[in-house]
Amino acid sequence: MIHAILAILLCQMAGEILSRLSGMPVPGPVIGLVLLATGLSAFPRLRDIVRPVAQSILGNLALLFVPAGVGVIGHLSALASHAGALVVIFLGSTAAAISVGALTFTAVARLSGSRDE
Amino acid sequence: MSEFTEIWSYLSRGPLLWLTATLAAYALADAIFRASGRSPFANPVLISVVILGIVLHLSGTPYATYFEGAQFVHFLLGPAIVCLALPLYDNLGRLRRAILPVGAALLAGSLTAMLVTLGLARAFGIDGTLLASLAPKSATAPVAIGVAEHIGGSPTLAAVLAILTGITGAILATPLLNLLRLTDWRARGFALGVTSHGIGTARALQVNPTAGAFAGLGMVLNAVATALLAPLILPVFQ
Repeated sequence: MIHAILAILLCQMAGEILSRLSGMPVPGPVIGLVLLATGLSAFPRLRDIVRPVAQSILGNLALLFVPAGVGVIGHLSALASHAGALVVIFLGSTAAAISVGALTFTAVARLSGSRDE
Repeated sequence: MSEFTEIWSYLSRGPLLWLTATLAAYALADAIFRASGRSPFANPVLISVVILGIVLHLSGTPYATYFEGAQFVHFLLGPAIVCLALPLYDNLGRLRRAILPVGAALLAGSLTAMLVTLGLARAFGIDGTLLASLAPKSATAPVAIGVAEHIGGSPTLAAVLAILTGITGAILATPLLNLLRLTDWRARGFALGVTSHGIGTARALQVNPTAGAFAGLGMVLNAVATALLAPLILPVFQ
């Protein structure tokens, strides 16, 4: 378990350093993800080490958004003054983006003959 | 009674109480979610936030005090994003075979999210900090925070708006995609990940492993796309 956590944290830390050095707006953990994916393809043993810990973290992914989500209480008055508009914006933009994204995927998959399996 | 007050004042100062409360609220929310037959409307993040919001309000606890305990959970967001490398790696072959639909859906989904958000916001007369904080709301919270800061938004507001977007997508996706009669788990997961980042990915993982892997990919790619596109698109609406 310690080796798995160490590998994950080292990737994140390297990602943070690269993110700052390069001045790119891409956050450290996203670069860390690319580094870990590269590591997983290069070292088969790393997969067995990382897998149980990564799976238990990802199995509870939703929990990790709760602390930041509770921050909504500090913005209630700002949000309440635009409540009606925000409801329309959230529902409209999210429904549009999911529909357009999924329909585009399906259409291009059909045109390019990309089938699963 | 004075002993109780003393214990309360001790607990309410340390991180133990609010870390425990965060896990307890999530355990309760997850139990409600399971009891509902995993209904998208019983979103565990939303239920947890409501429970904790009420508890903080009733006990008169400031968010900063709460966050001192909850930061141990919050910290894991970074490592969790790194961990998404695993489902991505496991599905690398299938992702390569879907490179064209992935690229097209990323561009279409990411642009739609930002253009519709900013267009509607302007139509409602929203501008300034709130407008800039809304722009990156389909990106995962750590990315939304960074992008919002970069383009003149508020980091904490951007995090909250991103999480609300994630919850909205996780609730809407299943009924909406069923209505559109889309059966390709890759398309369903990918669109949800692009639109609703980690919370959408958590929802996709609950529904189907293929959808989960493609949602993780959608989240990662949209983190990069939002970081690159938001600074170009926002000025058009300002």
